[in-house]
Amino acid sequence: MVIDQDHIKQLLEEVTDPEIPVISIRDLGILRDVRIENDQIEIIITPTYSGCPAMLEIEKNINNTLKKNDIENFKITTVLSPPWTTDWMSEEGKQKLKEYGIAPPNPSNEEDIQCPNCGSHNTSLVSQFGSTACKSLFKCNDCLEPFDYFKCH
Amino acid sequence: MNQNLFNYTLQQADNCLILGQRLGEWCGHGPVLEQDIAMTNIALDLIGQARMLYQYAAEIQDEKRSEDDLAYLRDAWDFKNVLLVEQPNGDFAKTILRQFLFDSFNCPFYEKLKESSDERLAAIAAKSHKETLYHLKWSGDWVLRLGDGTEESHNRIQNALNELWPYSEEITTPSEADIDANKNGFGVNLNDIKSERETKIREVLNEATLTIPDSAYNHTGGKEGKHTEYLGYILADLQFLQRAYPGNEW
Ligand SMILES: [Zn+2]
Repeated sequence: MVIDQDHIKQLLEEVTDPEIPVISIRDLGILRDVRIENDQIEIIITPTYSGCPAMLEIEKNINNTLKKNDIENFKITTVLSPPWTTDWMSEEGKQKLKEYGIAPPNPSNEEDIQCPNCGSHNTSLVSQFGSTACKSLFKCNDCLEPFDYFKCH
Repeated sequence: MNQNLFNYTLQQADNCLILGQRLGEWCGHGPVLEQDIAMTNIALDLIGQARMLYQYAAEIQDEKRSEDDLAYLRDAWDFKNVLLVEQPNGDFAKTILRQFLFDSFNCPFYEKLKESSDERLAAIAAKSHKETLYHLKWSGDWVLRLGDGTEESHNRIQNALNELWPYSEEITTPSEADIDANKNGFGVNLNDIKSERETKIREVLNEATLTIPDSAYNHTGGKEGKHTEYLGYILADLQFLQRAYPGNEW
């Protein structure tokens, strides 16, 4: 079997953020690169937030996924620079977030956040800090549902 | 090894770890759920920052100590955090004020540290700076809300200010490690932050209708390992597991 980059990336599609299981680490921008040199594979990842407790879980899942597919000769490297920002998130990832009920980051205007439930822009911030470090808590003034917003970063 | 780089990295790591630990004490005890979550989120950010710095410090020194050894197996006199961060939580107002005094430093500190000649410190700073922007906004908003709130909330945060004010300046008072780090290009010139920080603090406190005490006395010593009695109790709590069950892991 020829191991190429695309094949590895394809396998890693099934590794998701444990807090947001609908979005893969590639969509989220945590998976930065896959390098192959002399049959040695290097998976390069970057943390979203420095204290993100999901990173350990993600490393474990990468490990399990590759081993399950009989790939052993790899190492996982964590890089800090350039730091992760919400710009690393794919458009597909943002769409999946929204479908899951989390408002995707809106870098153009963080005061104008659209409700992922009913689409209304009439929303207000409840708390800058939400259920995880990467999210804040909003409520919709039209459908009255509370929702998470993935903070710009 | 580069002893100064090691000390400089530890100094900031210790600030983040100890304040993170203090904030963690609020878990499950916050005045309302959202603020309970806010405090533990900030604690998590700070402990994350501490980890990046301890990992780096562990790589610099040649004694084969791990990040865990640095956090869990040093005694109080080896810790280099400022006295402010080890002060007890007190009531919510005191925790908020302590946080604001720290964030007003931490945020511009990382912003400047991004320009460090040491690539690793610069990368850690770039990562951390974004997080501290949220912290400063949160604590600043709460100082305002409590200060310019009810008579009760005003009195509480004024008391907190009277108590904590003498601990405010240590953080911008250069230690030997600070001076050396700045001279060698990998550290921040604290004078560059000092006035900007003071202006920000005065602005927020004035708007919050709070009175800055005229006492000019400042407690110092934390950066040199001379701590208040509180640090020992924090460490007793924080380090218990590793001391009782050496090498234990999750
Ligand atoms: Zn809605």
